[in-house]
Amino acid sequence: MINFGYTIWILLLPFLMFLLLGLAGHKLKAKLSGLLGTAGLGIITFLSYLTAYQYFFTSEKVDGAFQKIISFNGVWLRLTENLHIDIGILLDPISVMMLIVVSTVSFTVHIYSLGYMKGEKGFERFFSFLSLFSFSMLGLVVATNIFQMYIFWELVGVSSYLLIGFYYTKPSAVRASKKAFIVTRFADMGFLIGILILSFNTKTFDFITLTSLSGPAITQTGGAAFMGLSVITWSMILIFMGGVGKSAMFPFHIWLPDAMEGPTPVSALIHAATMVVAGVYLVARMFPVYAFSAPEALDVVAYVGAFSSLFAAIIACTQTDIKRVLAYSTMSQIGYMMLALGVSGYGGHEGLGFMASMFHLFTHAMFKALLFLAAGAIIHAVHSNYMTDMGGLRKHLPITHLTFLAACLAISGIPPFSGFFSKDEILTAALHHNKLLFAVEYAVAGITAFYMFRLYFSIFWGRDTHYHHTPHEAPATMTIPLIILALGAIFSGFLPFHELVTSDGKGFEAHIELSVAIPSVIIGLMGIGLAYLMYKKESVIPDKLAATFKYSYKWAYNKFYIDEVYLYVTKKIIFRYISTPIAWFDRHIVDGTINAIAFVTQLASFRIRQFQSGQLQKYGFVFITGAITLAIIFIYLWK
Amino acid sequence: MASNQIMFILFAAMIVIFSVLTVTTRRILRAAVYLLFVLVSTSGIYFMLNYQFMAAVQLTLYAGGIVVLIIFSILLTSHISQKFEPEGWKKTVFSAIASIAGAILAIITILDFNFEATTQAAVEVNMRLIGKSILSYGYDGYVLPFEVISVLLLAAMIAAIVVAKKAGPANTKSPNYNKE
Amino acid sequence: MITGIPLQYFLILATLMFFAGVYGFLTRRNLITILMSVELILNSVNINFMAFNSFLYPHKMEGMFFSLFVIAVAASEAAVAIAIIINIYRRFATINVENVNEMKY
Repeated sequence: MINFGYTIWILLLPFLMFLLLGLAGHKLKAKLSGLLGTAGLGIITFLSYLTAYQYFFTSEKVDGAFQKIISFNGVWLRLTENLHIDIGILLDPISVMMLIVVSTVSFTVHIYSLGYMKGEKGFERFFSFLSLFSFSMLGLVVATNIFQMYIFWELVGVSSYLLIGFYYTKPSAVRASKKAFIVTRFADMGFLIGILILSFNTKTFDFITLTSLSGPAITQTGGAAFMGLSVITWSMILIFMGGVGKSAMFPFHIWLPDAMEGPTPVSALIHAATMVVAGVYLVARMFPVYAFSAPEALDVVAYVGAFSSLFAAIIACTQTDIKRVLAYSTMSQIGYMMLALGVSGYGGHEGLGFMASMFHLFTHAMFKALLFLAAGAIIHAVHSNYMTDMGGLRKHLPITHLTFLAACLAISGIPPFSGFFSKDEILTAALHHNKLLFAVEYAVAGITAFYMFRLYFSIFWGRDTHYHHTPHEAPATMTIPLIILALGAIFSGFLPFHELVTSDGKGFEAHIELSVAIPSVIIGLMGIGLAYLMYKKESVIPDKLAATFKYSYKWAYNKFYIDEVYLYVTKKIIFRYISTPIAWFDRHIVDGTINAIAFVTQLASFRIRQFQSGQLQKYGFVFITGAITLAIIFIYLWK
Repeated sequence: MASNQIMFILFAAMIVIFSVLTVTTRRILRAAVYLLFVLVSTSGIYFMLNYQFMAAVQLTLYAGGIVVLIIFSILLTSHISQKFEPEGWKKTVFSAIASIAGAILAIITILDFNFEATTQAAVEVNMRLIGKSILSYGYDGYVLPFEVISVLLLAAMIAAIVVAKKAGPANTKSPNYNKE
Repeated sequence: MITGIPLQYFLILATLMFFAGVYGFLTRRNLITILMSVELILNSVNINFMAFNSFLYPHKMEGMFFSLFVIAVAASEAAVAIAIIINIYRRFATINVENVNEMKY
């Protein structure tokens, strides 16, 4: 029996770093605080890899399945005998995989930030917030019970808020951070209600109990039904609502493009690789309950994922801010992951979708983080976010160029890059389950290749822009993480996920189905070709196309006006008809009652104070009147 | 109508009228004079009750001592023909109500009560008896209150002297708290 | 004991004097007039005691002696009160009772 006790440090160390850098960071020299933060992350990266190695390669399997190991558990709040909120560490295939993803990406982002944020005011604050985020995300993935996950879920939201609004003097950044927090908080309301319904019916918060095949969540299928769906299904849909918010699926996606106001390392860490996949992780964590007790909820997951990926892909084709293109690309790829979970079954080859989703999560983290960090290097060199200001950068930024190209090839699904393997598994799973969704995702694969290479060609080829000062390659602290992630993007496709991370813990045989692989590569190459024709050299084709399809272009460019709809609903409907009366009620009646109590007290005290007036005759009067009254009472009335 | 009844009615009328006048007049010196009349009439009542010693004491102390003291202090603190402003109506009305209510209550109680006279023989009150009582201890002796009163009078004398002394240069202590 | 005049007449007389004094105590503004009202009250009490002594306990003298001591106390009290009033007049330049209210809230 391996002792995994050291895993507690994976949680504690970033938390201590957060406290240290947050409280005392401004007393240390900036460079020292950066190095401290990075060193902490380095240690936990090492510990995560150690855990993974020990878990996957040396721990005992039962029935050929990986066991869920609890390495630490402390009861935090005991509500009843069986219902208690714990804080603990649960090790199972998906959580160990996520440990690797989160720590690797966070570590590379820390190294990158040493160079990118150099000289910024608030350097130490940045690193303390990064440590806070790492702590929260790691706590989320190793949660032993659903309430702990909720606690860390909210903590992740807080870290995101702090980091998006890092440049707090910029009004657009402040607005964006508020928007992110409020939208995700609203979605978390659904999550909380789902948790409460679920735990009320199953009498437990614990994941192992909830997801065990003989546990109360799966075996009790009787019970109340509401509008045709069982109670468990409703709670699962509500829990998924939380995932929709955090993973920026339609319709709660509006915060993700605005979140690009934060510094680029933040976008790379949070909004590409780790926080936004929290929703996917949640569904994966509760997957047995979804598969057995709430299959309608899985359908909802699949359709939401597919629609979001199509929606985002179309919008990404028209955006000119490179970070926003990447943000929509993230939304689209997460749609892939949700879809893969939605079409999956449980156990063995049925669980292909599950495995594919986790595989895609892993590879996506690598190449998306790489794309964002490279974009940061480009922005750092050119001092502008917009594609229209760039062009011909391949001569000036060689390392960035090559790593960016690797990532683009990966995301487009070209073999032997990692994206090919994971995307292929997803398409295979979709094909066997739902032909319509397969068709949608197939089309999205082509669109993805198109817009990513549109981005690539516009930045590095296109016209030879004349720059005010020659862009120079980023310093070593920024290029080394790019290279590390590029290696991950290229080679992680060869990891044997089908033996390590599956829906029931047992490995199964998986091979590439050529009937799916070849068409997907072909459509990828078609997308690349189309982009090559339109964007490699400066040409008028894009503008002519935009003019021809004027309305479609306008709608896609304005993100289908979803933000405007939200603003309308909030301002005209909610603010006017709901918030204003409630605010009036609060100010006048609730506050009014308290003020009235205070006022009455003050008035009473003023009146009572008159008894001590210092006037002799008043005292005498009260005395005489009292004596007369008492005399009347005791002589005549007291029988 | 027997003569003592007439005397009683005369004295009672003087007392009531002059006491009311004392408390309602606007000129302070007149109030003092009315008080003097009240005290003299009271002394008359005592004479009627056959307590000559008390009547004499009353005349001496009250009419001759206290009223003189009051008149001196009036002269010290205000102009002799100073008139008062009338008080506010609230005060007079409330006090009048309280007094009249109290008076009615007391009179009703008095009239209701059955006072039983004793059957023992009256004792002749003369100076010898008074003197013997005031200096004997035991059941009928009043030497203890007599001594206490002496101490009280001594204390009052000293107090009056100390309080009314003009503040000398060593004694000046002006209070330095802020007046509102 | 006096023939022809019942006890209640004396008591009612004393009551009227008493409440006249109470009225004066509560109403008057000048400190010295308040003192005079207090004297009225004390005198009415004296009449009461003497009447009781004469009608109800003619074999004893307690009421008389009580009145004697009341007179003594009243005299000393009036003396001290006058002294205080003179002091107040020196300090506040007024003996209006409404103006000497320092001991208030």
